Amino acid sequence: MAREGIHVERPYERLNKDQVELIHQASMEILQDPGLISFNEEAVNIFHSHGAEVESLGGDHRSWHVKLPEQLMTSALKSVPKTVTLGARNPDNSLVMNGDQPKVYLITGSETNIWLDVEFPEYVHKSDSSKKIRVPEFKPRRGMVEDLCQSARVCEHLEMVDGFIRNVNIQDRDITPENKDVNKFFASLNNNTKHFMSGLTSLDQLDNVVRMAELIAGGKKQLADNPIISFITCLVKSPLQFVDDTTSTFIEICRRGLPVAVSSSPQAGTTAPIKEAGIMAQINAEVLAGIALGQLVKPGVPLLYGSVPVRARMDTLSDSYGAVETSQYNIDCVQMARFYGIPNYSTSGVCDSKIPGQQSSIERLFSDIVVAMSGPQYLHCAFGLLECNSVFSLLQAVLDDAHFKMIKHFLKQPRVDQTEIESVLKQIRSVVDTPQKLYISHIRPVLRSGEISGLYPFEGSGETDQVFELAFDRMEELLAKPVQHIDEETTARIFAEVPGILPRLNVYERGS
Amino acid sequence: MPENMIDQIRENVIQGRVSSDDEGMEEGMAGQPGVTELVEQALESGVPIRDIVSKGLSGGMDIVGKKFEAGEYFIPDMLASAEAVGAAMDILQPRLAKSGIKTKGTVIVATVKDDLHDIGKNIVTILLRGAGYVVKDLGNNIDTQVIVDAVRDEKPEFLGLSALLTSTMARMEDVIRSLEENGLREQVKIIIGGAPVSDEFARSIGADGYGADGFQAVAVVEALTAEET
Repeated sequence: MAREGIHVERPYERLNKDQVELIHQASMEILQDPGLISFNEEAVNIFHSHGAEVESLGGDHRSWHVKLPEQLMTSALKSVPKTVTLGARNPDNSLVMNGDQPKVYLITGSETNIWLDVEFPEYVHKSDSSKKIRVPEFKPRRGMVEDLCQSARVCEHLEMVDGFIRNVNIQDRDITPENKDVNKFFASLNNNTKHFMSGLTSLDQLDNVVRMAELIAGGKKQLADNPIISFITCLVKSPLQFVDDTTSTFIEICRRGLPVAVSSSPQAGTTAPIKEAGIMAQINAEVLAGIALGQLVKPGVPLLYGSVPVRARMDTLSDSYGAVETSQYNIDCVQMARFYGIPNYSTSGVCDSKIPGQQSSIERLFSDIVVAMSGPQYLHCAFGLLECNSVFSLLQAVLDDAHFKMIKHFLKQPRVDQTEIESVLKQIRSVVDTPQKLYISHIRPVLRSGEISGLYPFEGSGETDQVFELAFDRMEELLAKPVQHIDEETTARIFAEVPGILPRLNVYERGS
Repeated sequence: MPENMIDQIRENVIQGRVSSDDEGMEEGMAGQPGVTELVEQALESGVPIRDIVSKGLSGGMDIVGKKFEAGEYFIPDMLASAEAVGAAMDILQPRLAKSGIKTKGTVIVATVKDDLHDIGKNIVTILLRGAGYVVKDLGNNIDTQVIVDAVRDEKPEFLGLSALLTSTMARMEDVIRSLEENGLREQVKIIIGGAPVSDEFARSIGADGYGADGFQAVAVVEALTAEET
């Protein structure tokens, strides 16, 4: 049984059929001329053995110029699965995605360095001490493994979160490049029963992570049937370069047959053309090249078309996720992925704002609504993320959950059919015939069936804005709720067989 | 048997089912007798009217009120129940006097001249009827003289005036002055309601009470009734 997701029957599209075809053709041309530069030799060899033209480039770094003929691309893309299933510790939380079907799953992410604590100091009016106000005070600090556990716990209980991408970069003193992967995977999987996706810090840890997942899933075959973990790899550095280490990681994950999101994140204006047609042609080429490589490594390996395009800020040339063009690019990518029938990993909700507030709400809601309307299957919608992808706030994640409930409701399809029309005509005739002429009594069945949307959950009383305080209460409530940890026996096996997991993460040893 | 019928009436008030056509709160109730059919049956079976009113209708509304306070019921639920009670009272009305049962009082309601808005007034009507008052609804855009005549002829305990527009709220004062000029002001308690009016405005024009919403309107009428008795 899979999670419901949001069915978008009539997705919003920006590109017409001719424009989609033009971008596809432009991408195919780009892959031949200028082609790619690969810093990874194995990828070069794989492409070469399938007919790519390869030329070694000089310089300090070993690199190759790779030209991918359209025939190679067409052939490689034939084996991409149109349906990808992402499993979960709780199989009811599985995600089933079809590249042709615009059903949206909402996923957290990305890896942030900063964790934002919040407190509510009380301020008293200078001239009238009876007037008091509580204002949130946000305090940034570096993220720790316990923060990731807390985030995973809260996201387990957030109704709208369909899957969990690790959203805190764990920076404890005892976390090293060698043990980081096993700890972030264990902390997340042990506190959340939804699908878990992450990047990999060290390729050396891949087998340890996979072993951990096998133990939790119940074995190798069980993990293949119910892939409770997946990976995200940004093997492309825009423009059009395959980086060495991430490409190696990607190839190894593909060999193991586990699902991977092939992601590219060009920045319009700096690492991609500022013009929509330009960034689209380039990102499409970059993602398709990665997908083709995966299919050549292991035909049929489940891959997601990962698109994280962004526009540059004109004042600093850093990312501007809040720019409206960023949403336009993302929507275009959703359409391109659908053109190929590949499930799409898209992005929304990332904002430029540094703290929760009006700017944050406006920026994230704008992109959340429009990108969700386009129907990506796997929407990284930045639950709790601020200041692009660098800060995480649990309070913001709780607010986002409420906003996504509204978006989900908004995207419900209208119920207009013959039966409904007959029913409402009967209702209209009967009400008009009454003295009061009110339809209120007919609200009741609709109210109980959930057909009408609820009140904003953080509406305060009186004329004071209490959104943050009420969301904070909700956050505390969710933090206090228990989660279903990995069972004791499996936990013991994981700690015995997978080296490097911090002992304090063993809930059975610490007696909590 | 009579107790069982009273229980059924009470349950159907809670369910907010006026007649057998209504679905109520739970599935599978459509087609079964609603409050109006059950009251008819109870009368035919000789169930005392006093029991129908106090144990069945009022008993049901008490439970509905508690469910509303507990957040289990919403305003549409309250109104559905009140509508069911009001429909039952229409059936019982001609027999109440014969049985020596006094109603809680009569309320005339109207939206004042030049104002066509009547949603609030209609909700108040349903709730007052549900609370056991006899309500005569004059409608909307009602001439001051028509209201004065109705007060003279019907001799209601209460007059409820509604206005939605700042341009028509002044008509409420016209009605009160006209009732005074006709020597009728002392015989009726006047409550007002509507978006532009307030408690302060009510006092300034000489009304007896103000209801910010339908529930407050009923509460004000109940409080004024208690003062009288």
